[in-house]
Amino acid sequence: MTFQPPELDTSPKVSDEIRKTTCYMCACRCGIDVHMKDGKVAYIEGNRDHPVNKGVLCAKGSAGIMQHNAPSRLRAPLKRVGPRGSGEFEEISWDEAFEIAASKLAPLRAKSPEKLAFFTGRDQSQSLTSFWAQSFGTPNYAAHGGFCSVNMATAGIYTMGGAFWEFGQPDWEHTKLFMIFGVAEDHDSNPIKMGIGKIKARGAKVIGVNPIRSGYNAVADEWVGITPGTDGLFILAMVHELLKAGRIDLDYLARYTNAPVLLDCDPKSEDFGMFLRSDDGKPLVIDRKTKELVAFDTPGIMPDLTGHIRRAGVTHHAVMHQMAEKYLDPQYAPEAVAERCGIPAARIRALAAEVARVAFEEPVVLDREWTDFRGETHKQMVGRPVAFHSMRGISAHSNGFQTCRALHVLQILLGAVETPGGFRFKPPYPKPVEAHPKPHCGVTPGAPLDGPHLGFVQGPEDLALKPDGSPVRIDKAFTWENPMSAHGMMHMVIANAHAGDPYKIDTLFLYMANMAWNSSMNTSGVMKMLTDKDENGDYVIPNIIYSDAYSSEMVAYADLILPDTTYLERHDCISMLDRPISEPDGAADAIRWPVVEPDRDVRGFQSALIQLGAKLGLPHFTNEDGSAKYADYADYIVNHERKPGIGPLAGWRMGEEGLTTGRGAPNAAQLKTYIENGGFSVTHIPKEAAYFKPWNMGYQDWAVGMGFYDAPAPYIFQLYSEPVRKFQRAAEGIGEHQPPDHLRDRLKKVMDPLPIWYEPFEGTMVDPDRYPVHALTQRPMAMYHSWGSQNAWLRQLHGRNPLYLPTKLMREHNLSDGDWARVSSAHGEIIVPVMEMAALNENTVWTWNAIGKRKGAWALDKDAPEATDGFLLNHLINELLPPRGDGQRWANSDPITGQAAWFDLKVRIEKTNAPTESQPSKAPQKSPVGQGPKELRWKVGK
Amino acid sequence: MTSLPQTTHRKLGLVIDLDTCVGCHACVIACKGWNTENYGAPLSDQDPYGADPVGTFLNRVHSYEVQPAAAPAQLVHFPKSCLHCDDAPCVTVCPTGASYKRVEDGIVLVNESDCIGCGLCAWSCPYGARELDAAEGVMKKCTLCVDRIYNENLPEEDREPACVRTCPAGARHFGDFADPDSNVSKLSAERGGMDLMPELGTKPVNKYLPPKPKDTWEGEVDVLAPWLEPVATEATGFLGWLDKALEKI
Amino acid sequence: MHPAPSIIAFTTLSGLGLGLLFWLGIDPDPSGGWVGFTFFTLAFGMTGIGLAASTFHLGHPERALKAFSQWQSSWLSREAWAAASAMLVMGLYAFCLIVLGVHVAVLGWLGALLCMATVGTTSMIYAQLKTIPRWHHWSTPVLFFALSLGGGALLAGKISMAIFLIALAGGVQAYWFWQGDLRFGDAGATIGTATGLGDRGSVRAFEPPHTGTNYLLKEFVYVVGRKHGDKLRLISLGLMTVLPLMILLTNPHHLMAIIAVLSHVTGVVVSRWLFFAQAEHVVGLYYGKR
Repeated sequence: MTFQPPELDTSPKVSDEIRKTTCYMCACRCGIDVHMKDGKVAYIEGNRDHPVNKGVLCAKGSAGIMQHNAPSRLRAPLKRVGPRGSGEFEEISWDEAFEIAASKLAPLRAKSPEKLAFFTGRDQSQSLTSFWAQSFGTPNYAAHGGFCSVNMATAGIYTMGGAFWEFGQPDWEHTKLFMIFGVAEDHDSNPIKMGIGKIKARGAKVIGVNPIRSGYNAVADEWVGITPGTDGLFILAMVHELLKAGRIDLDYLARYTNAPVLLDCDPKSEDFGMFLRSDDGKPLVIDRKTKELVAFDTPGIMPDLTGHIRRAGVTHHAVMHQMAEKYLDPQYAPEAVAERCGIPAARIRALAAEVARVAFEEPVVLDREWTDFRGETHKQMVGRPVAFHSMRGISAHSNGFQTCRALHVLQILLGAVETPGGFRFKPPYPKPVEAHPKPHCGVTPGAPLDGPHLGFVQGPEDLALKPDGSPVRIDKAFTWENPMSAHGMMHMVIANAHAGDPYKIDTLFLYMANMAWNSSMNTSGVMKMLTDKDENGDYVIPNIIYSDAYSSEMVAYADLILPDTTYLERHDCISMLDRPISEPDGAADAIRWPVVEPDRDVRGFQSALIQLGAKLGLPHFTNEDGSAKYADYADYIVNHERKPGIGPLAGWRMGEEGLTTGRGAPNAAQLKTYIENGGFSVTHIPKEAAYFKPWNMGYQDWAVGMGFYDAPAPYIFQLYSEPVRKFQRAAEGIGEHQPPDHLRDRLKKVMDPLPIWYEPFEGTMVDPDRYPVHALTQRPMAMYHSWGSQNAWLRQLHGRNPLYLPTKLMREHNLSDGDWARVSSAHGEIIVPVMEMAALNENTVWTWNAIGKRKGAWALDKDAPEATDGFLLNHLINELLPPRGDGQRWANSDPITGQAAWFDLKVRIEKTNAPTESQPSKAPQKSPVGQGPKELRWKVGK
Repeated sequence: MTSLPQTTHRKLGLVIDLDTCVGCHACVIACKGWNTENYGAPLSDQDPYGADPVGTFLNRVHSYEVQPAAAPAQLVHFPKSCLHCDDAPCVTVCPTGASYKRVEDGIVLVNESDCIGCGLCAWSCPYGARELDAAEGVMKKCTLCVDRIYNENLPEEDREPACVRTCPAGARHFGDFADPDSNVSKLSAERGGMDLMPELGTKPVNKYLPPKPKDTWEGEVDVLAPWLEPVATEATGFLGWLDKALEKI
Repeated sequence: MHPAPSIIAFTTLSGLGLGLLFWLGIDPDPSGGWVGFTFFTLAFGMTGIGLAASTFHLGHPERALKAFSQWQSSWLSREAWAAASAMLVMGLYAFCLIVLGVHVAVLGWLGALLCMATVGTTSMIYAQLKTIPRWHHWSTPVLFFALSLGGGALLAGKISMAIFLIALAGGVQAYWFWQGDLRFGDAGATIGTATGLGDRGSVRAFEPPHTGTNYLLKEFVYVVGRKHGDKLRLISLGLMTVLPLMILLTNPHHLMAIIAVLSHVTGVVVSRWLFFAQAEHVVGLYYGKR
């Protein structure tokens, strides 16, 4: 009997059609090929042509089919019928929903627009949502940046005109040493994995600096298990070593940074710490060739790093001089920081030495001729192949701004920014701080705000303060408490609105932000604030409107729900006006489009917002005859012009002689063309313009053509930040805008124009003996915030989250895997299961973020492990720091940017008996969409 | 009969690079997606939104901590699917001939219409590569995407397993181990590709590339020291050096 | 290994039934008539129920006939052949004996041989598995034979044979229990060899691939009741061997004989539960479990 192999069809039909759109399973914005069978989604894979992911796709992306079909999808607009938090709703029509919304909002707009607080979460349409809020006239708008990574973004913009992720990325093609600091693994997730794979295949080394050796740090060749919150100190120790050894790129520093800019160094002078400027306001340098005092951008000069001049009795030295004095101080020597950082001094030296070796021994030289902004032509592009990347790990501390600044300064000292092998910007970045708007807060009832809400202050005069010094904004952004809060402070909105501080609001309008759960600090407290009633029995926050696609925890706390679509059912644009998908070698934007039509009575939130705007008669959304200006978001994407020729999408605009990119008139066929071209548009940067972008006239001219700038705007990197100094100066008593006295000392200390390190606030305010352990969260690569738990495939990977303890703490507390521990902070306590992890800083515990769920949410069974075993660390973190001696309570935020200091948390661990479920346990919410099926046998094709 | 073929014409399999795998589970879900929609019965999930969700997966990513004698602990992410063994015990135990190894390329497959769901093949597999689908009652396993790698409806560049195509870090490689010049043969030879549980004599085709040595700079301080030879110890000296150094530019 | 009731019932009952058939087959002076009918009904009943039970753990019992195809390579397929032919031959033998009243000794001998072949193939299904070191040993078939023959003799009323074989089975069982504890270690598979990381340091399973359970964990990593293992082994030996021997050696009457049989069968059931529950599959290494 011979075995006959069965007939096997090795060429089955894969799909009827492939529809190419953009993923939204996290914020990475990869291109996806959606395979359709019989009009249904059959399979999702990465789009090979797409600039972001080049065909690959992460677990979340591939699981999109389960998200798109999740039983937790909302089905129709909902009106609350039970008490807030209960989850009791009735379905209503869109007409009724708009009627309710308009009846609340129209009177506010007419009388006091600031009584609407409109905040969006992981919103990829901020260009529209901010525009809408501006048109409404409220100053109270922001997205989630304030509790995400605003420190990184802001420090980057103020220092070098861009930061990581959407702003730029390592030169994966050329880098020879990659150093990564604390990264949330869903930030730029596929590009970083692809990059690490690429450099590893080349044999280049990866250094991971992170208390936790998981993910990227697990594949790092060298792991630096740093103590949380001390990254800045470690970086400055490296700066100390590099300066001491003269391992810095002098030519680069002289030409492209403010290291040679002259600084008033006389403490008695009125302008102490300010740049010496020309009459037309340009910073001055000494030309090393002529020894003359000239503007920094004078053609043909070579600025002198050792420049100094005495003028009108005042000594001026180059910034470089200040830096040498500051960082050569023994307080930054490896020996001085080793213990605090938890890194042996010898190891800090070895890392600095290796960085120096690779940067200066193995330069990357490209034969590309280019001309700089001083008119000098360079035959080659020489780069330092050391690249850095970082995100929340160093950002989400109360010293995060300065730490991020330190990291950017380190890269710049090495000459590793915008040079081959280093860090590269993605268009429309680089963009200096002066090219960004300043914050606007001019409210006129019944009229739009006087400009965009968010921006970059350049001095105390730009703060959003009323004449009496009180905050204009509900979140207190752009105040002396956090002057450079460029992304707003969404994490403070509910607490402030509840407290009526600085004033009471009427309507809280949220989009895609799970504020009643994992997106808030102090989750239990926020749940209470949302349900608290005043003496009249009315809710303290009177109205809450919320838009979400799914039955999240936040849904239960809203009065009116505007149900959003899934990401496969909607139009979106990932726009140059917001955060596009560009690459260092090209500008790119992208769309989403309905690859399937919704089978429920739901609308894309942006369309709903535009329609609500028309109903309210907002000027930017209404024609002169009162009719709606745009039918929906697709109409807006194509036809809106922010300024003449500049719209949400840069590709396939209508030029005078046919189709054009960047500037051009609206093109009715634009979306169709995007769809035909895979859902995105890329315009490549000429090779000669691809590096040295801030100074490369080839790039500057190209960027003007694309509409990023109206005229070339070359600039130099700000090692020394004058805007920061301006706030420090004000705190010293200089100038007409003065901070309140209780903040003076803090501002003097933290507003240092050169990066410094100070201990994170929580660490200084709680008793270190009582709360000796650092506690962190990380995001699993296969989950995005709360979204993954409703996904039948992903929740099998991460259905519960233990608290990981280092071996030392496990032994110390006599704990074994599966035991339970009481974890307490100065603010609260939780009781959770523990697991041992050896590859972990010995004084740090951590868990996966946002696995824990409230019972009844996300269409899960109330006994789902997410609700019974899973937990949130958020319960231990407060928006405010513990009270101080003077009765003041500071926000638990960075004092410069207001970034939520999630990672400052200090806790105490105690072994405890196993409870029936993790604590605190919350009462279930009623699911407005029922519960998912008992079995899945998903197959679309027959 | 389901005796193993003496030889196979090609030996298709995977190289999995443990030095590069970041543990993101992309391969797990791409596999789940493709094989739910394709080859045989869908990979089902029981209680998918309930208290005890359990589903069939053909590829799973473990993680291990390795504690060297005198260095920090390491974490190794470890994807695992069928290794398409040369001496596959899962084939010979099968009573119905449903489980077989293809002569043309060495892929081990289950012909689901012949599978009685006895589970013995899964018992015989040391690697946990086979899972009995609870809804369908047949054995499911990695097919090396046999319905992709020869699929004429796919562009040529996509004719590789779904897990390989999707892997963001490029930690998975697909090819023919019978050809010494193939990408997988060369990678395995260069990087010391390992067999899992060689003592069980299954002769796996898939190879694992071990992680490269880690945390080696601890002991290399002397080698690296010249790179930090001080030019000065304090600011004045540094500025003097700076002045001289600038002359040379 | 998951102690599936269907497989425990199958191996226990069919082992006893086949053992009884063996003794009936080789009996030089077999009883016909009602006595014979009762014995054969009991034997066929136990074997049949056992075989039927074995199909309960199949995903597709309706395709069971396909299992006859791979006798050249598969022990399970061989078992199917052996069982079917044993039943057929013994059925014919019983038919001749009881209905026709003819004792065809050759058929009986052949049937008895096939019965033991069935027990042997069943045991080889387990003993062949390198992945379960506790089973992968010569003593596994010996144990199955001893229990089948001993239990069969007990049921067949071959007292002296039963005494000898049940004592032997008890010895083999004890050896199998305690010597088996060493086998996983002897087999050499460790988390180090399973991952290939063993030469770099001590290896410990960290996060599993999934936080819930799966087929592999349910089927292969059965840890419930492990801590009572030694107690259960003694109970098993006591019921399977010690108590029946004590009864048999006191020359029992019928009621006591029935107690001996029930005690023995219960002991075998416990033994079989332990056979599975205590068998560690090497795949557990990947989960840091055994």
